[in-house]
Amino acid sequence: MRLFLSEGSAQGLKVLAAAEASGARVRLERVPPDGHVVPFLTHPRVPALHLDSGTVLFSPNAICQYFFLLAGKEPNDLTNQWLEWETTELQPAVSTALYCHLVQGKKGEEVLGAIRKTLTYIDQSLTSKATPYLAGEAESVADIVLWAALFPVLRDESCLPDELHALRSWFQTMNLSEPCRSAAVSVLTPKGVQAFKLYLQKQPGPTLHWEKPAANEPEEEELAERSLSEEEIAAAAEAWARGPAALPERWQPPSPVLPVEGRRNVLITSALPYVNNVPHLGNIIGCVLSADVFARYCRLQNWNTLYVCGTDEYGTATETKALEEGLTPQQICDKYNAIHIQIYRWFDISFDYFGRTTTAHQTAIAQDIFQRLLERNMLLTDTVDQLRCERCQRFLADRFVEGICPFCNYEEARGDQCDKCGKLISAVELKKPQCKVCKDSPVVKSSQHLFLDLPQLEERLEKWLEQSWATGNWTTNSRFITRSWIRDGLKPRCITRDLKWGTPVPLDGFRDKVFYVWFDAPIGYLSITANYTDQWERWWKNPQQVQLYNFMAKDNVPFHSVIFPCTLLGAEDNYTLVNHLVATEYLNYEDGKFSKSRGVGVFGDMAQDTGIPADIWRFYLLFLRPEGQDSAFSWTDLMLKNNSELLNNLGNFVNRAGMFVCKFFGGRVPPMELGADDKRLLAHVTLELRQYNQLLEKVRIRDALRCILSISRYGNQYIQVNEPWKRIKGHDADRTRAGTVTGVAVNIAALISVMLQPYMPGISATIQRQLCVPQACNVLTDTFLCLLPPGHQIGTVTPLFQKLENEHIEALRKRFGGGQAQAACVASANVTPSGPGGGAVLAGDPQKVKELAEEVAEQADHVRQLKASKAEKGQIDGEVAKLLELKKQLAVAEGKTPEPPALKGKRK
Amino acid sequence: MAAAVGPGPEELILLEKLLGLKKGNKYGALEERKIPVLQTNNGPSLTGLTTIATHLVKQAKKEQLLGSTAEEKAIVQQWLEYRVTQIAGHSNKEDIRIILKDLNLYLEDKVYLARNNFTLADILMYYGLHHIIAELTVQEKEKYLNVSRWFNHIQHYPGIRQHLSNIVFMKNRLYTNPH
Repeated sequence: MRLFLSEGSAQGLKVLAAAEASGARVRLERVPPDGHVVPFLTHPRVPALHLDSGTVLFSPNAICQYFFLLAGKEPNDLTNQWLEWETTELQPAVSTALYCHLVQGKKGEEVLGAIRKTLTYIDQSLTSKATPYLAGEAESVADIVLWAALFPVLRDESCLPDELHALRSWFQTMNLSEPCRSAAVSVLTPKGVQAFKLYLQKQPGPTLHWEKPAANEPEEEELAERSLSEEEIAAAAEAWARGPAALPERWQPPSPVLPVEGRRNVLITSALPYVNNVPHLGNIIGCVLSADVFARYCRLQNWNTLYVCGTDEYGTATETKALEEGLTPQQICDKYNAIHIQIYRWFDISFDYFGRTTTAHQTAIAQDIFQRLLERNMLLTDTVDQLRCERCQRFLADRFVEGICPFCNYEEARGDQCDKCGKLISAVELKKPQCKVCKDSPVVKSSQHLFLDLPQLEERLEKWLEQSWATGNWTTNSRFITRSWIRDGLKPRCITRDLKWGTPVPLDGFRDKVFYVWFDAPIGYLSITANYTDQWERWWKNPQQVQLYNFMAKDNVPFHSVIFPCTLLGAEDNYTLVNHLVATEYLNYEDGKFSKSRGVGVFGDMAQDTGIPADIWRFYLLFLRPEGQDSAFSWTDLMLKNNSELLNNLGNFVNRAGMFVCKFFGGRVPPMELGADDKRLLAHVTLELRQYNQLLEKVRIRDALRCILSISRYGNQYIQVNEPWKRIKGHDADRTRAGTVTGVAVNIAALISVMLQPYMPGISATIQRQLCVPQACNVLTDTFLCLLPPGHQIGTVTPLFQKLENEHIEALRKRFGGGQAQAACVASANVTPSGPGGGAVLAGDPQKVKELAEEVAEQADHVRQLKASKAEKGQIDGEVAKLLELKKQLAVAEGKTPEPPALKGKRK
Repeated sequence: MAAAVGPGPEELILLEKLLGLKKGNKYGALEERKIPVLQTNNGPSLTGLTTIATHLVKQAKKEQLLGSTAEEKAIVQQWLEYRVTQIAGHSNKEDIRIILKDLNLYLEDKVYLARNNFTLADILMYYGLHHIIAELTVQEKEKYLNVSRWFNHIQHYPGIRQHLSNIVFMKNRLYTNPH
């Protein structure tokens, strides 16, 4: 039998030690960590054992078990239990710890913390059984497996805490045993534990599968009453009593906003939207809206914040569009730039400056960076084969070629990237390329081009990445994508193109070319800032004072984490490099993709015509922000969330709190006498507020939104339990109580108005207007202060939200689902030939279900009549066939699998 | 809706019935993930789905379900492990796609998970996949033909299905072409 191992794989340790311990005779073969040695598994699994019978074992524990079985050692309940525990509990914990240590560079207690619980468990087991080994008096497969799992983290028993005495002595015994020692020597090599690092870096970050929430419904929204300590409650009550005077003064940034010594200076960019596309909801939540929430939050935190964005305007796509519309490229850019601005204004995106890339500053800065790269020998010249369409008389930009992906054979791969497998492609590698404009096959022509020498910069990049990852908030997907890029090895990257619409290359021999849009576009961040202020370098050449956040969707990650940083590192001008790279996953549309060409999905300019206010759009998009995994936009869900979370929860609470002040206390906040229950509530609200701050600090925008909803849920519960509307009619004590509850509630509403501001600025302003919350209150701290003291006069209170009705939503779904029904038609055509009902059926469409049900009933009546009137058999059969077909369609429309009918002996 | 196997002990109760064991085992569940725990009369309790399932098989004296050779035993263990690590409560769509794709390829030349013998791996995999297979569209069932064939075979194994819904794989044409 052959055992396939890879260097630095911790699991290799296990199987080697087991082979030694059991005396199994195996032939070792070394393969890379991503070697494909298990033919039927998609993801590579190493180690693997190939038996002579052809059986392949890919589970390290099963391999160990097999070795022991060969030696005649049968498993028992205890060894089984340890092995199962090792794969389900210990292994995920160990992966986390190793990842913390090796990839993120954490040390000591932080690393041990991840496996603490599991260590204690082993120690207790050993202690309670009082045996030297895990499953009794003798060493078993369980000992080998657990030792090998722990070894990469612990190395030797010295880092184990003293109190885990039994574990220490067991681990020491194992370490000294011959099989383990020799396995360790064989796997570890002189590099020591670092041997695992390379391997781990190439693996996705550890994710514990049960921690992943389902896409749209993350956590159960229950108010789990976390137990509060007396101190927490007292502290909350004490903070509350300090009142608005305790608020820090609002920071008024200078105009233009520039970094200020001694302040937290936050520079926020959103990926630049390409000018000639109208952005869809996925684009909006992916960058501009996410960045907007964070920018607004930063401002509420009194951080000195600059948020810039703009349209990315150069490139062939613009040239083509100009030809199509009979305008110059500049005119096209002007036209669409205005459309973008209008859309973002409607969504209330708070850019400090929204610029564009077709400016003199862009040319100056891009050319300067280019010159610096040139002087430092960071550029290479090479001949490039490029696709040229003879019919269109031009070189084809990557996005103007389509063909079959050379990696995964996806048929509609674009010339720069495959949408299916996500790999970057060079257009000439495409199989069967086609010019996207005229569908002709392009020819390959050679031309001289300039390349950024990425291999030369790789080391500097890795050093910088290590530091940036250790201190910044990079989303998991951004780290993963970056790592996989580096793993594949960096290659020189072409930065010029044979086009006209772009930044000219200032070098003899290349003057008829322009910079490739991906070299050019990120420089747009700098030039757009330069258009905002002539002191732009204080933001962009100031890594000491500035924290840079880049927001984008995940397809943009490599350009921001590898290529652009390399450009800036190579130019050596003390540039500000990204500290926090925040990438979203994709937002799908009703379980499909947004597609402009097929008319599927909601686009920025159409959202305004739906009659649904911008803040509701913002709320829903943020509520399902694809944070951590893809999510899907659904009309029904939008309606549900609006009606439940906004109308019934948040809106209901704020409205009731305000109404009570108006109705029962003449519009003035009543005096409050806080009892134990009220203080407890303050403490709960404070906890949610802190959680909100912690999450937003880490840019977990979607999760933080849930804290606001939790607070209003607490508020509703509070009002419900205390019933101020009843108490107000009672005795003095009851009336005082009603006052206290109303006063606390309206103050919670005021806090909500501040916390909600990043998400729903319009609604926040409305609440503040209704409750007359002073502008000075728009500062966020970790304490919940009584912002509206007794006697504070509030304004007129009206409902904040409107119910969305089913008919309205169904009409919208129809309007925007355009291409999708057709797609479903194609898909279902294979199974269900269109029957007399006509047209295609879309599963789950209630209107269709109703119509079909009626048709079924009608047809059934018709058949009954025919039979009753003894019609011809042929005629009856025909009508029965129609009936069955209708029933089948109904079943599909109801989302069921059509059941095969009982064929009463009619089968032929 | 198709009846689904609940998390934790429920699956083990189905297994008990299938094995013809008398009721009397008491189960608990650990943490939110509902890791089953078996309280045994004599000796310590056992924790973990596959550990307890293996124990029950031995209790019912049907050791052949654990494999008869060393190789078969290892294969059974491997798929039991796969069952508890890969097919967890809520896998996302992409994970499920990969699980089905891989199993489909694996089962291409096999009748059962452990090749020619029906084992505990088939039983627990069936219970674990039931809710996933129930959600597949007709096209997907065709796409994962080997999984479908295997699954259909297992669900008709006497006593295994119990209250779980029968999943339909056949696609009979209602009316064949005129002679």
